[in-house]
Amino acid sequence: MPEITTASRALPIGGTGRLTTGWWGMACLLATEGILFAYLIFSYAYLGAQAPQGWPPGGPPSLKLALPNTVLLLASSLVLEVGHWRFRARREKTAMPALLLTAAMGIVFILVQLKEWTNKGFGFATDAYSSSYFTLTGFHLAHVIAGVIALVVLSVWAWQQRFPHEGSLHLMLGRIYWHFVDLVWLVVFTTVYLVPQHP
Amino acid sequence: MATIAPERLPAAEREKLTATWETAPGLFGWFASVDHKQIGIRYLVTSIVFLLLGGVEALVMRVQLAQPMQRLLGPEQYDQLFSLHGVTMIFLYALPVLSGFSNYLWPLMLGSRDMAFPRLNALSYWLYLFSGLFLYVGLPLGQAPNGGWFNYVPYTNRQYDPGMNIDIYTLGLIFLGISTVVGSANFVVTLLRTRAPGMSINRMPILVWGTFTASAANLLAVPAVSLACFMLWLDRSFGTHFFDVEGHGHPLLWQHLFWAFGHPWVYALVLPSMGIVSDGLPVFCRRPLVGYTAVALATVTTMVIGFSVWVHHMFATGLPAMAISFFSAASIIIAIPSAISVFAWIATIWTGRPVFKTPFLFFAGFILLFVIGGVSGFMTASAAFDWQLTDTYFVVAHLHYVLLGINLFPVMGGIYYWFPKMSGRMMDERLGRWSFWTMFVGFNLAFFPMHIVGLEGMPRRIYTYPAELGVGGWNLLITVGAFLFAAGILMVLVNVLVSLSRGAEAGPNPWDAGTLEWSVSSPPPPQNFDIIPIVASRHPLWEDRLEDVDERSQLGRGYLLDRGRETIGTTPMDAEPNVILRMPGDSLLPLLLAIAVTFLFAGLLGHWWIVSGIAFAGVLAVLIAWFAPQPPVGDEKARLYA
Repeated sequence: MPEITTASRALPIGGTGRLTTGWWGMACLLATEGILFAYLIFSYAYLGAQAPQGWPPGGPPSLKLALPNTVLLLASSLVLEVGHWRFRARREKTAMPALLLTAAMGIVFILVQLKEWTNKGFGFATDAYSSSYFTLTGFHLAHVIAGVIALVVLSVWAWQQRFPHEGSLHLMLGRIYWHFVDLVWLVVFTTVYLVPQHP
Repeated sequence: MATIAPERLPAAEREKLTATWETAPGLFGWFASVDHKQIGIRYLVTSIVFLLLGGVEALVMRVQLAQPMQRLLGPEQYDQLFSLHGVTMIFLYALPVLSGFSNYLWPLMLGSRDMAFPRLNALSYWLYLFSGLFLYVGLPLGQAPNGGWFNYVPYTNRQYDPGMNIDIYTLGLIFLGISTVVGSANFVVTLLRTRAPGMSINRMPILVWGTFTASAANLLAVPAVSLACFMLWLDRSFGTHFFDVEGHGHPLLWQHLFWAFGHPWVYALVLPSMGIVSDGLPVFCRRPLVGYTAVALATVTTMVIGFSVWVHHMFATGLPAMAISFFSAASIIIAIPSAISVFAWIATIWTGRPVFKTPFLFFAGFILLFVIGGVSGFMTASAAFDWQLTDTYFVVAHLHYVLLGINLFPVMGGIYYWFPKMSGRMMDERLGRWSFWTMFVGFNLAFFPMHIVGLEGMPRRIYTYPAELGVGGWNLLITVGAFLFAAGILMVLVNVLVSLSRGAEAGPNPWDAGTLEWSVSSPPPPQNFDIIPIVASRHPLWEDRLEDVDERSQLGRGYLLDRGRETIGTTPMDAEPNVILRMPGDSLLPLLLAIAVTFLFAGLLGHWWIVSGIAFAGVLAVLIAWFAPQPPVGDEKARLYA
């Protein structure tokens, strides 16, 4: 009969960072979401390549709102990281302020983007360009909204002090997701706004 | 040979583990179970029910086509039947049945106690069930999908197809896609993180390679069809212009997106079932698989090339010759990894001592059908010849040889092979042989003549044909073959039902197989393994008999992990233990989430935005409960049996 012994090396339960299954689950989510945006951009570019008149039909889109909005979204990632760094270094009691500030910046991005939409001289069903423009930016906007909801929920849990200063899986996943949403915007912004500037 | 564990553990320890892992009794447990074995069996049963539904649809069509100018079905009914038949078989049977096997078998093969995300596993099943019902909701109303399984625009634009049929199709596929993606992510993470200590990637069963490859591909392929369906739904609901020429949209965009998904998908339907054969066939040849490494790499290579062949479905659409040449070449090259696997199976039989039990018959029969389907695929890969064959019954013959040959025959063999593990009882061997030969003869009678009627010019998807075409005799033969084939499948099901109560006791390892799932009792206990095994070779149960294997796996020694629902997490490549994973227990959240998603899609279908809005709030609420943080726990010094 085998003897029962206790392992000499303690193993973490659940673990942190890449030891968690959550990190790997998030990696799968980002892979499938990332490729979804690749297919969206493919569709936009395919319709553009086949378009009989110019693409976009009304000339290059204005950067007046879109450029500052892009800077705002990128800055929100920075705010989140700095805030999280301060929380980890125990300079903040909770991660709530950083999460709420990031969410607020996300909300401003959403409002500016809605304004940008109403400024367009075309509607969803005008032509192939308008359909793919609103769908591509709309998919991204939906992801920002999901990210804002996640940040708000996380900030409630942070306020309840349910996260440890170090190794919180929830904060890690929330941060990864928010940075992903920002990164995708850079690609969408480049595709939809920057590329048509020099036809 | 590494010995089998159960009696080595003190009874009290065993009972504690069983109590920890058991699903709660009664109705609550039925709805809340996250046990991969229960979920696997649900997947299998549900997908077989869909197989029967799709089969009945096929038989009705075969009665219609048995003779020229029949009027059993009108054109509209026929359109709905062939569309629903394709959608059912390809989406609701072929992949889910493989998910069923993999769900049931993976943790047992990998030496783990559950999948990486047990609740996600339950969610993917419920979403699959509800999306399947969603796709069928139009049938009794005469509003079933009617644009074929690949649903080409412009036929399916609102202008030409104004009913609810196509809306059910587009939303149904998006709905089902969520289930597929969720399930695939679970397989990927399970493979990377929950293998038993020592099971490095060169020691995994080939079924695991196949399902892993298929799942990784699904993560990357499914969004293409979900997006295409979403855009078509927008076109139909809000007048957007993705696919209609008037608004400068482009019908070919649908075909690109659909087949960018569709071709990887057909490999996802066959690679796991080829894995079933690679694992099952050697057991009946009394030797390990010939060329394990080559077969594993061929599996992955097939899928990688499979992502660059989608245009071979579009040779007849007037694309530039350069593009067609490239995709034609890629489609021909993909024969190479397939041939590697075929030669490996043949060599396994050739150099082994075959035991001609029912599973062997199905696996060997599969090899022949795979070769026939492969050759006809090789023919259609040539663009010039494809122009002659496209939209004829030749293509119908080809796709049934590959899908039924490579998916259904291994699945039936897999049922005979693993039924003893799942139920603890053997299936009847005599009825098993009858079922195989009936299916095999019926299949070839039904589908081989389709090559000929296709070459003679009979188009697919037409509800009838004139007598002057001269294919009435062949079609009668095809119909007879189809009914014979169906009778064979019924025999398998009768065998399953009868053997459940009357089959002989199986014991843990009735086939004297070599992999881990055969080291536990049949059916396995809720915790799968009392002690997490330590794996040292590909065939832990055959080590004493294989001359070139010096390693010895440890089945009675290793991690006990009895402080709650725990299993071991290991490194992705070498499977070194590096974390203890706490698993969730019974939960109603997966079912609630699936119900909320169902209402969300029902709202989208009927344009009842309030329903969708409330359902979306429900989705959010369940997700928040799902992700609610648990109090942090420290490290644990696990107890070991040494």
